[in-house]
Amino acid sequence: MFTYLTHRILIMIPTILIISFLTFLIIQAPPGDYLSNQISELRSQGDTAALDQIEFLRHEYSLDRPFVEQYGVWIGILEGPNGFSGLLQGNLGHSFEFDRPVSEVVSGNIAFTVLLNFSVVLFTWIMAFPIGVYSATHQYSWGDHTLSFVGFLGLATPNFLLALIIMYFANVHFGTSIGGLMAPEYINQPWSWDKLLSVLEHLWIPVVIIGTSGTAGMIRRLRANLLDELQKQYVVTGRAKGLPATRLLIKYPLRVSLNPFIADIGNLLPTLISGSALIAMILSLPTLGPLLVQALRSQDQYLAGALIFMLTLLTVVGMFISDIALSVLDPRIRLGGKRLK
Amino acid sequence: MTDSETKKETPLQHFVSKEPFDPYATEVMTPEQERFFMASQWRIMWWKFRRHKLAVISAIVLLFMYGSILISEVLAPYHLNTRDRTHIYAPPQGLHLFHEGSFIGPFVYGYDYKLDMENLQRVYTPNNDNIQRLRFFCMGDSYEFWGAVEGRFHLFCPAENGSLYLLGTDRLGRDQLSRIIYGTRISLTIGLVGVIISFVFGIVLGGMAGYFGGWVDSAVQRLIEIIRSFPELPLWMALSAALPVTWSPILIYLGITVILGLIEWPGLARAVRSKLLSLREEDFAVAAVLMGASPRRVISRHLLPSFASHLIASVTLSIPGMILGETVLSYLGLGLRPPITSWGVLLNEAQNFDIVAIYPWLMLPVAPVMIVVLALSFFGDGLRDAADPYK
Repeated sequence: MFTYLTHRILIMIPTILIISFLTFLIIQAPPGDYLSNQISELRSQGDTAALDQIEFLRHEYSLDRPFVEQYGVWIGILEGPNGFSGLLQGNLGHSFEFDRPVSEVVSGNIAFTVLLNFSVVLFTWIMAFPIGVYSATHQYSWGDHTLSFVGFLGLATPNFLLALIIMYFANVHFGTSIGGLMAPEYINQPWSWDKLLSVLEHLWIPVVIIGTSGTAGMIRRLRANLLDELQKQYVVTGRAKGLPATRLLIKYPLRVSLNPFIADIGNLLPTLISGSALIAMILSLPTLGPLLVQALRSQDQYLAGALIFMLTLLTVVGMFISDIALSVLDPRIRLGGKRLK
Repeated sequence: MTDSETKKETPLQHFVSKEPFDPYATEVMTPEQERFFMASQWRIMWWKFRRHKLAVISAIVLLFMYGSILISEVLAPYHLNTRDRTHIYAPPQGLHLFHEGSFIGPFVYGYDYKLDMENLQRVYTPNNDNIQRLRFFCMGDSYEFWGAVEGRFHLFCPAENGSLYLLGTDRLGRDQLSRIIYGTRISLTIGLVGVIISFVFGIVLGGMAGYFGGWVDSAVQRLIEIIRSFPELPLWMALSAALPVTWSPILIYLGITVILGLIEWPGLARAVRSKLLSLREEDFAVAAVLMGASPRRVISRHLLPSFASHLIASVTLSIPGMILGETVLSYLGLGLRPPITSWGVLLNEAQNFDIVAIYPWLMLPVAPVMIVVLALSFFGDGLRDAADPYK
């Protein structure tokens, strides 16, 4: 177990390094940068005082250096104008658009992103678990067909339209204010009971929309797994020995077919983050997604880079956790792989 | 001793036929059986696929959809950019067959237009006296067929001086139905081109990883892991934001397909790899290697054909993701941009709540998206089941 853990962690390090490089590459790919765009704009207005300031900024954030050096400074292995201060030193860089450190811009949104994604995972499990079990134990029944159909429909509907429609109806029928994660009057207010209620009132819409597609996939997998298990000899034996149906189901086949729930944390997180980024943009939620799009559009490179890096890190860590959980819960996985070879 | 002696004296009596020996004599197959047992793998697949009713229906739907691409200009009643200033944000016109109990063929009621000054809203009311009969096989808006041949022929057109907006019009008075028909061309091909790219990458890299194993395998594995751990959407957004603004629409289109293809290949590469890993141990593969076949020949002639059907199924299942991906990107304004018209570009119009509340028909381009995604999913499911005909 210990070797497995260290192996996994050692693999994570180069992965994260390469990801950070790719991130930087993608961010740098468009020609020009935020400051040079600014400069050409100011030059057309003939504002030379501001030009000097921007020239200073260019040097300050080492935009005047070659690409690889910029990357080194960003990561924190090369010395920038202010000494070593990059990702490794915990400095996420500076957002040109907001003219504040990235960490400040981002800090408020991280909590909501985590809250949203956590709620979605919870929702997915709570929905997928009973429905998947029902579909498998009542295969080809009326309920199974209906649920499958709804699942397919959920997969085929573009989420962003669903978001628009649900939000519209929530506004018309329940009077939920449009957009955001709370009613406008609670923004910048200290936490109170009413504010919490307002957050809950708004949270269910993105959670349901983002969760639905994940739930549909999860139900299909749980159903397929459980169906395979239900055919097996030990189930027949248990039934022949007179175990009550529910107890038999919960105790044996269900336990075996639980693997996708754990394994899916890894797969779920990237899709969730993608899904939530899109939905968050449409519902204008204060999460990382909308911020990222804005940063990409204005070529605010350090903000965009830091955001993609954080999202990816979240995914890698999620995969790691799910691998560990899987190997703890399922002894077959721990024994497999290296040792049998 | 004694036994053998007695045998020699009296040889065992048994019947020997003089006729030539035919080993299959006892199990002659009827023509029907022969047809069944001697059928090729593809034929069996087809039989199995045929039984999956939903998949067959989906296949027919897809055939029609892809067929419509060839003659979009003829199918659409209007030209892509025809503007009708008298019908801005006109709601869908209902198609009728009977007027006051008498049959007069397909027609629509013309609109009476009034500006509601209180809500500053255009109000269209169908005028029951204004009957506008559809014309079939008629001359209408001129177009350039596939951008090359001039033409005016349409399958059906509005009445002379009439209007025919079966799915309503947009903010410039352009016919939604025509725009959706034109958009089909882009939306459906973007998935195909993307799939071809991911197919090539997936087979080459997955094939190498699976066949050679060792460090090649682990390198490809790492690469797959890294690409998969990027959250899809931010990666799409970042890459398409990286496409230069100065590019022509066609280049942007190609760029988007390449991006979609580059992100999809790891899934396919994984499937190819795991299949090859098990197949290369099979006797026929070992035999080919021992007879001196090169790796390229072993992979392409012996290994790939034995799971080509699986590949086709999984490729089919990855097209819907690309079509949805394009829709999302264009919706966000990061993908295709006008004048290129795709379903995603059309949906870009339906971005705020006024649309949902006042002009809900602008959300209609979502219908073909759903139909195609569902059809491709069912079709792919059917193929996947049929791909393993011996099960």
